[in-house]
Amino acid sequence: MTTAPVVRAERLRKAYGSTLAVQDVSLTVERGEIYGVLGRNGAGKTTTVEMIAGLRRPDGGTVEVLGLDPTRDAAALHEQVGLQLQESALPDRLRVAEALDLYASFYADPADPADLLDLLGLAAKRDTAFKDLSGGQKQRLSVALALVGRPQLAILDELTTGLDPHARRETWAVVEAIRDAGVTIVLVTHLMEEAERLCDRIALIASGRVAAVGTPAEIVRRAHGEQVLHVRPAAPVPDAALLAALADVPDVRDARVADGALVVRGGGALVQDALVALARAGVRTTDVRLERASLEDAFVSLTGADADPSASTDADPRPATTAAEV
Amino acid sequence: MSPTTPVPAGAPVPPRAPVPARGRGALAPAPHDARRRAAGGGALARMTLVEARLFLRDPSVLFFALLFPALLLTVLGLVMPWADQPYDDDPALAGISAITGYTPTVLSLAVGTVALSTFPAVVATYRQRGVLRRLSTTPVGPARLLVAQVAVNLATLVVAALLAVGAGVVVLGIASPVHVGTVLLAFLLAVLSTFALGSLVAALAPTAAAANGWGMTLYFVSLFFAGVWLPLPLMPEVVQTVARWTPLGAATQAMTAAWVGQPFPGTHLLVMAVWAVLGLPVAVRLFRWT
Repeated sequence: MTTAPVVRAERLRKAYGSTLAVQDVSLTVERGEIYGVLGRNGAGKTTTVEMIAGLRRPDGGTVEVLGLDPTRDAAALHEQVGLQLQESALPDRLRVAEALDLYASFYADPADPADLLDLLGLAAKRDTAFKDLSGGQKQRLSVALALVGRPQLAILDELTTGLDPHARRETWAVVEAIRDAGVTIVLVTHLMEEAERLCDRIALIASGRVAAVGTPAEIVRRAHGEQVLHVRPAAPVPDAALLAALADVPDVRDARVADGALVVRGGGALVQDALVALARAGVRTTDVRLERASLEDAFVSLTGADADPSASTDADPRPATTAAEV
Repeated sequence: MSPTTPVPAGAPVPPRAPVPARGRGALAPAPHDARRRAAGGGALARMTLVEARLFLRDPSVLFFALLFPALLLTVLGLVMPWADQPYDDDPALAGISAITGYTPTVLSLAVGTVALSTFPAVVATYRQRGVLRRLSTTPVGPARLLVAQVAVNLATLVVAALLAVGAGVVVLGIASPVHVGTVLLAFLLAVLSTFALGSLVAALAPTAAAANGWGMTLYFVSLFFAGVWLPLPLMPEVVQTVARWTPLGAATQAMTAAWVGQPFPGTHLLVMAVWAVLGLPVAVRLFRWT
């Protein structure tokens, strides 16, 4: 198996009329990873993966998938790339097993449909019409159709949107199983928790550009290079005394007193050094709290998404805290 | 993985679901270097089979497309007092019964139902629902689905026409056509020209609802000119003249002429051929997959 990247996209650009959906997106997906494409609705995620999948021709930039040009070698590409698209896409009266058998007939070397139905928990629904499936079952069938050709690369677009928390967790387990079987995955999502839980690496997309690339932890660190320590003294201590106690701690970048509590910002060994320094100065503490940034914080800080929520015309109507519901 | 397992709100994320070893094997990427086998032929056969099944699962479409023409002809023939009367005062038409004269109209009805009502609505629904787009992500692509749809609709149409004529001959004792070959040619051109019209609707209608609306409008206008409600010979001269330029009006007139042994209906056949030759390429050109 080669170690060449599965997807190599450089400076992709795509406009719809006067709307620039994708301005400048470059990304590299390595074999065997779950690569998250994360961003608000309307950020250009779907357009980006559609160009990768050969469904749209880029206006600018280059893209190479499994060594193929997606627009020129579409047929060869589609033999090796499985797509799960956002919206439901089967006739109402088509039954689960029929859909899978039909799609299996499109590929030269398909998976056994029965195995896939087992894997995705749809075996009991094999004779159920598409319109009678629940939202989660429809999504899982959609994933099964994307996998039936035994692809090298699976592109899953907003896989768990509209699913309840339970169905969402089930679907996540399926995604991990797919990766473990050796399939490279590009996961398009606007859910921070999903990206944090599943993705080996993430590209943050905002306004058609890549705002950051890295592991979830790296992105959080990059956005919040500093830690924030909140300390409340057990007994009242003069503000100046508190600040003086920290004056010689090298990792402290900023310290201030607000509302009787000390707020210390810094990096490195901030927590330990600051607490030791305070103890040496005779300050006893009742309440110590460390702010740990989440991917969502990083997202907001790296993309400025909250600064101008109206910038995107089809902004996600759900509250930004959706990811926290699980 | 059971979809019915309850999970209390706020429960910790469960460990990864166990994957059966068999399933894992199912997912392993296929070796894509060695072989490149075209899956196209098998896929088209499978698609046609699936489309046929879907068609059979839609009771209203099944009834109107397949059975209604035969039923209409039989009921009218048995119930209507005019059924056994001479078709028209016109000497050329006086020799056949009215119900025999109505048979070409019923065949036009059968063509119109499939080509203007069923076919465009299904195709527009497939486009709106993303069925075509989904197929465009596979090696096979969406074009074969349209081929499968046309195949299923044509098969339906042939069966519906055979049922109608069969019922007419067996139950009502209608006269056989004088020029069978010309009737068949007229029927074929009727199918091509009316499918051209239906394909234009399928190509241009932005939504499934629009396709349904446009299709039904064309359908009822076409049925009027095909003489479904009032046989053409009983209509005013101007209506008969206009009807000649519509696909199903021309079809009815051409089939009737050949049925009763009138001279070769060249103009009517030409009108239908022109509809087909102009309409089908335009529809193909304007067709949008998404």
